[in-house]
Amino acid sequence: MATLHTVNKSPFEKNSLASCLSHLQSGYAVLLFEDGVYGALRGTTIATRVEDAVKSGRVYVLGEDFKARGLDEGKMIEGINVVDYAGFVDLATECDRVQSWL
Amino acid sequence: MKFAIQINEGPYQHQAVDSAYQFAKAALDKGHEIFRVFFYHDGVNTATRLAVPPQDDRNLTKLWAELAEQHNLDMVVCVAAAQRRGMADEDEMKRNGKDANNIHPAFRISGLGQLIEAGIAADRLMVFGD
Repeated sequence: MATLHTVNKSPFEKNSLASCLSHLQSGYAVLLFEDGVYGALRGTTIATRVEDAVKSGRVYVLGEDFKARGLDEGKMIEGINVVDYAGFVDLATECDRVQSWL
Repeated sequence: MKFAIQINEGPYQHQAVDSAYQFAKAALDKGHEIFRVFFYHDGVNTATRLAVPPQDDRNLTKLWAELAEQHNLDMVVCVAAAQRRGMADEDEMKRNGKDANNIHPAFRISGLGQLIEAGIAADRLMVFGD
């Protein structure tokens, strides 16, 4: 009964990542893309919550969008997996449903 | 697997049209099917055939039209969203007594029922937008 949650907003602009993290149920996967990739950085105000999500489930970041914003993979929270669009498609097929947090 | 794609934001203003295109391309490359692409809200602006973006920029209308031609995609533009934004095909032009139309032939105008049907018929509905 896994759900793929996609988040495309910066957690410093909208609360969609915080809402998403509050609704996770077992077997979840979270994909951060577009401005959502800022949620993958260490040491931010939301990083502790993202680290918790990494511990009890799967968290992914779209590598293209992370790189397009000039972000440093060395500053990414440990345990987050980097995927490309093919990986995004695989996540959508592996999970039973997709929830877009717009 | 069968995907349906919904795009809620306009081209060159938000990344949604680009993200959805990259996703659709990756899904088709993997042998999946795209049941329908539904352009909603400002997303309908993608369907204009009159846009002339700078030569060194991507032409999103053309990219989608080419993808649609290669894979026989059904690309639907929401009629109510299109009317508000001055987007019309020949039928809509005549029906509303207008003097011009601007929809690229790779797209067709229809109603929200097409989005509901896509949600039912596809295994996954992917929503891109704001």
